[in-house]
Amino acid sequence: MTTLFGIFLLTLLMITGMAIVHTRNLFVAVMLMGIASLLIAASFFLLDAADVALTEAAIGAGISTVLFLGALALTSERERKRRRSLSTSSLLQFGIVGVVALIVIWATFDQPRLGSPSAPVQAHLTPWYIESTRDLIDIPNAVTAVLASFRGYDTLGEVVVVFTAGVGVLFLLGTGASSRAAGAPLSEDNAGLRHYLIPRILGRLLIPFILLLGFYVQFHGEYGPGGGFQAGAIIAASVILYALLEGEQRALSVIPQGVLLAMMAGGTLLFGAVGVAGIVLGSNFLDYSVLSEDPVNGQHWGILLIEMGIGITVAGVLISIFHAFAARATA
Amino acid sequence: MYFAAILATLVTMALALLRAVRGPTVYDRVLAVNMFGTKTVLLLAALAFLFGRPDFLDLVLVYALINFIGVFAVLEFFRYRAMRARQGQVEAQRE
Amino acid sequence: MMDIAIDIASWVLLALGGVNLLIGGIGVLRMPDLYTRMHAASLTDSMGAILVILGIMLQAGLSLATVKLGVILVFLLLTSPTAANALAASALLAGVTPRTGQSLHLSDSEARE
Repeated sequence: MTTLFGIFLLTLLMITGMAIVHTRNLFVAVMLMGIASLLIAASFFLLDAADVALTEAAIGAGISTVLFLGALALTSERERKRRRSLSTSSLLQFGIVGVVALIVIWATFDQPRLGSPSAPVQAHLTPWYIESTRDLIDIPNAVTAVLASFRGYDTLGEVVVVFTAGVGVLFLLGTGASSRAAGAPLSEDNAGLRHYLIPRILGRLLIPFILLLGFYVQFHGEYGPGGGFQAGAIIAASVILYALLEGEQRALSVIPQGVLLAMMAGGTLLFGAVGVAGIVLGSNFLDYSVLSEDPVNGQHWGILLIEMGIGITVAGVLISIFHAFAARATA
Repeated sequence: MYFAAILATLVTMALALLRAVRGPTVYDRVLAVNMFGTKTVLLLAALAFLFGRPDFLDLVLVYALINFIGVFAVLEFFRYRAMRARQGQVEAQRE
Repeated sequence: MMDIAIDIASWVLLALGGVNLLIGGIGVLRMPDLYTRMHAASLTDSMGAILVILGIMLQAGLSLATVKLGVILVFLLLTSPTAANALAASALLAGVTPRTGQSLHLSDSEARE
């Protein structure tokens, strides 16, 4: 039954993908990307990967559409027509892509079947994670244990990547501080969706709930699906919703640019500092066991702190990127 | 038992996807995406119970809450585009 | 006995919800213009969602899951009509006129001409 649903979802995903490639209108492509994200999240859910599905939900459902549209506002909506003639170079490209695709497909025959219990990763690493989570860390969600503790290096790397991406976007687009310093008062034109009365009322009603859900996902990550990445995205979504409804300036007066930059760097630094604290207290980098008298308790503290760092960085980066696009568009 | 509901949701998703691909206006596509989102909420809720994993409902909650942000972003985008078109007209008249 | 009654009730709700979803889906595909399509979509968003989630709630019994489902239902019922309202208002402002009279029977491409 799961297979049937999976095939159905993946077929829809393929249709969506082809439509995205086919369309010349980028706005249509953005809309279809939203559908693709929903389909991917549903597929993850079908495979029992709730943490990943939650990430896709938090990022794909709202934020990526917002950011794509922000980018689209800076450029043109129509893709330029490409030359349709088949030259030798395009044939060559087609040939190379075809050969590589065939090799990749051929290589998959050597792989163990998806979810096969005899696959090497299931035989050694996964059982070790599952058993050690109970003994060493003692939290119900093994995914959080793997992400935050066993593979803390990888996660630190991911957070640094998120931070770097945020810095990169800000370098390209600017923080918009100069145009704002010139004193753009709340004019009719950049006041957000103020004319839409019903969405504004509803938004005011829902923003606290979204924030609450964000904090729930942040601090409940050890027990259920969730964690810093998802929580950061949800909290960013609530701020972005506020900015859409009340105007970007208002959102910036709630959380100024400086605070956002501090969040971006501060979260990453917090993660790193927890790692260094492990060294200072006489163990390895990112070994949280020494943070408290009781090793298991120390792991809990470490995971709590680094998840907080992740959440702060992700929220800061996403909100900053949104403001960067918005400031660029109104300038 | 959930099978019928899940199947109906999946077929409805396919129909909505078809509408999103066919258009014809941008509003039709936005409508289809929004509808697709609420269908995903229903699908995931039913799947969570089909698998006997009610704790996965947190994820459905996330969707139910932040799915509509996309629609507001689209509206803001339309507003911005209309504003730019107006500005373009004003500048063209000045010249 | 009670269990069977609850099972049957939940089955009926889920099946009715599924039927509503399908009708709405077909409507979104077949209706002639944006506003009538919106009407069909709102059928799936309201009636379909209510019936399906109520059906699942009956299965869940008295638990945290039921509360969460209730919250999900409330949020869905708040957000999707609001989104539809904002979308319709925006489309009307942008000059998408509802089709009336004879033009209802034309296809999309014919109506644009």
